[in-house]
Amino acid sequence: MFDYLANPTRFLKIASIVEPLAWAVFAISCSVGLYLAFFASPADYQQGETVRIMYIHVPAAWMALFGYLMMAVAAFFFLVWKHPLADIGARAMALPGSGFALITLVTGSFWGKPMWGTWWVWDARLTSMLILFFLYIGYIALADGFDRRDRGSKSASVLLLVGVINLPIIKFSVDWWNTLHQGASVMRMDGPSIDASMLTPLLLMALAMKAWFIAVTLMRMRALLTERRVDTMTARIQGGADA
Amino acid sequence: MLEFLAMGGYAAYVWPSWLTGVALIVGITLFSRRKLARAQQKLTQLTTLSEQERETHG
Repeated sequence: MFDYLANPTRFLKIASIVEPLAWAVFAISCSVGLYLAFFASPADYQQGETVRIMYIHVPAAWMALFGYLMMAVAAFFFLVWKHPLADIGARAMALPGSGFALITLVTGSFWGKPMWGTWWVWDARLTSMLILFFLYIGYIALADGFDRRDRGSKSASVLLLVGVINLPIIKFSVDWWNTLHQGASVMRMDGPSIDASMLTPLLLMALAMKAWFIAVTLMRMRALLTERRVDTMTARIQGGADA
Repeated sequence: MLEFLAMGGYAAYVWPSWLTGVALIVGITLFSRRKLARAQQKLTQLTTLSEQERETHG
């Protein structure tokens, strides 16, 4: 039980350096990215100005997948090595990760209506992204749904690992099935097919969102560590009062 | 400026998208900051309380 008290000190030291750095990277990449996205990149020859939605939709989608993958890795570490920081990490990433999934779905909808003529379609890409969002929500509900926290942590971790199969399904959905959603234009075997004038703001916004994710996750981990210390102290005080 | 806001006629789709993104990112940031602040406040209170306990019962 007191094992984890040793590690958090080291973690907090690392966080005190990485967290402000992540905010700085976010601020810079986001400002430059937004400027390029709205002012210094062209409209699309087919999609017109709706292409500006890409600069929030695509990075958010990448981050939704990345977040889930990181949570699944943390869940693996927690289940196999019982590392308490791993459980805290997974719990901390859930809210920002689910936020990205929701942003992906909503912005995608707003992009689909003018371009495809529909707010939604049950194609493989959209459906599997919706399932990803449900998995995030399921994780959050399970993690805090038990009287004993470790029961919640264990079942939620199992859910994360079971759901990992969804990640390659999302990624390859546009290749394996006939989808309304377009195919890959960035992560392709023969390189990106997207023009540099659009790729640069896209990658900058992706960097911005990754930096934000790291900063907020570290902040949430600090909060969770503090909450656990509060729980320990409360139990100790109550135990002392009962004695 | 008006031309920029019009987004080539697609304003009704571009701006709500971005507003949703900004709202969620800002919202989650503020929510997380509050979570940390509340926890730290509680820890300070409990630390003071437990020190008092130790003084009176120690």
